[in-house]
Amino acid sequence: MASPEVPQPPMGMLAELTHRCPLQCPYCSNPVALERRRQELDTATWQRVFADAAELGVLQVHLSGGEPALRPDLPELVQACADAGLYSNLITAGVNINRARLETLADAGLDHVQLSVQGATPEVTDHIANMAGAHARKRAFAAEVTDIGLPLTLNAVIHRANLHQIDDFVELALELGARRLEIAHAQYYGWALVNRAALMPSREQVMAAVERVEAARERLQGRLVIDAVVPDYHARFPKPCMNGWGRQSLNVTPSGKVLPCHAAETIPHLEFWNVADHGLREIWYDSPAFNAYRGTDWMPETCQSCERKEIDWGGCRCQALMLTGDAAQMDPVCEKSPYHDEVQTLAVLDAAGDADFTYRRFARTTQGA
Amino acid sequence: MTAIQESDIVRLPRGVRLREDKQRGGWVLLAPERVFQLDGIAQTVVSEVDGERSVGTIIDRLCDTYQAPRERIAEDVTSMFAGLVEKRVLEVM
Repeated sequence: MASPEVPQPPMGMLAELTHRCPLQCPYCSNPVALERRRQELDTATWQRVFADAAELGVLQVHLSGGEPALRPDLPELVQACADAGLYSNLITAGVNINRARLETLADAGLDHVQLSVQGATPEVTDHIANMAGAHARKRAFAAEVTDIGLPLTLNAVIHRANLHQIDDFVELALELGARRLEIAHAQYYGWALVNRAALMPSREQVMAAVERVEAARERLQGRLVIDAVVPDYHARFPKPCMNGWGRQSLNVTPSGKVLPCHAAETIPHLEFWNVADHGLREIWYDSPAFNAYRGTDWMPETCQSCERKEIDWGGCRCQALMLTGDAAQMDPVCEKSPYHDEVQTLAVLDAAGDADFTYRRFARTTQGA
Repeated sequence: MTAIQESDIVRLPRGVRLREDKQRGGWVLLAPERVFQLDGIAQTVVSEVDGERSVGTIIDRLCDTYQAPRERIAEDVTSMFAGLVEKRVLEVM
C-alpha cells in the first residue's frame, strides 16, 4: 500500500472580508445564510491571517466578499498582503470605490483588480444586480483603474439572462482596457441553486456560447486573455473542483471559518475550524474538513479505477451531496455516474422554466414590532 | 504567434511579479489570478528582463552564462518571450 502523501501547501486564498454587498446578484457564490457585520473578523486578525498565509506558502490572496470595499480597513489589509509578499487581487463590484480610495489601495500595494460585470449593457447589469445605475458606475470605475495603471480583469458570470451578450462582453472588455476577461457559467450552489430555474440555459445556448468564446479567444490572442469556466450540468466529465479538495487553495469566511471551498458549508457533517482558535497551518494540514476529501482515498470504486481520477479529482463534493444526498459520491455530472441522466433531465427542465429572480439579501431578523 | 525581434525591449507589466517561492522551492511569476512556476532556465531568462535591455542584449548575456551556440539560445529566448507576451505577462515596449 502506498504511504499517504503529505499535502502540498496552498497557493491561493480567498478572503471573504464581508458578506455585505450593494448588489443583489441572484447567483452570488456566498452562502444563503450570509454572515453578519457583527461576526466579521477585526483588522488585526486579518493581518495575522495574511502573515500566516504567506508563511504557509500562499502566493496570491483574493480579497473578496460580498463587497470587500465596504470594509473601511481595506487599505490596511492590502498593505498587510504587500508586507507579507502576497499578490493581492481585489474582487469588487466597483460601485463604491472613488478615485481617491482607489489611489490609496494602489499605494498600499494592490496588484490587480477584478471587476464584476453582470451584463454588457446598463439594462442587463442593473436588472441582474438589482441596482439602478450600477453599470454606469462600473464603467467609470474601470476607467479609473486603467488610468491609474492597475491591471484589470472583467468577470462576467453568464446564465440564461445574459448568455446572448458574449460578444458584447468581449467588446466591453476591450473598450475598458481590460487585460483579461473571465467568462464563467453560473455554478449552481447557494443563491444560484435557489435561482436555478431562472438561470439555467439550454444545451443549445451553452454550446453557442462556448463557440463565441472560442472564436473571440482565437481572434484576440495577445490582446485579451479570455478564461472560461465551463458549464457544469451539461458536461460529460465533472469540473476538477478547486483542482482537488484541500490541494491548492483555501477560503476564509468573514467570521474566520476556514473552508476548502466557498460552498463547503453546504456539507453539514464537516467540522470547520476558525482562525480565532487555530493557526492557519494547523487548519490546512490537520482540520477534519480539509482531510475529509483530500487526495483520492475517499473516492468510490468507479473513481478509483478511472484514468481521470487525478484530472477531475472526483469533481465537486458539494454538488455530489446536493444532487445525490451523499457528499462522497462521484460528481453526478460525470457520465459514469448512475445519476448522470437525472442531472441532464434536471438541466433541461430548468432551462425550459420561466422563474423570476430571488435576489440575494440578508434574511429579515424576527424582531418585535 | 507574436514575433519577437532582437531589437525589442521587453518588460514585466504592472501586476506581474517575479519572486522566490521559498515554501515549494524555485521561483514563480505571479500574474492576475495565475501563477507560473519557472524552472531554473526560465527563471534565469526572466530575471534578465529589466525594461531596459534589448532582447539581443539578454541573449548575449545568456551566452556568457550558458555554453551553448548563440543561435540556439536566441531561438529559445524569443520563443519563450513570445509565449509570455501572448499570455500578457510580458510586454514589448
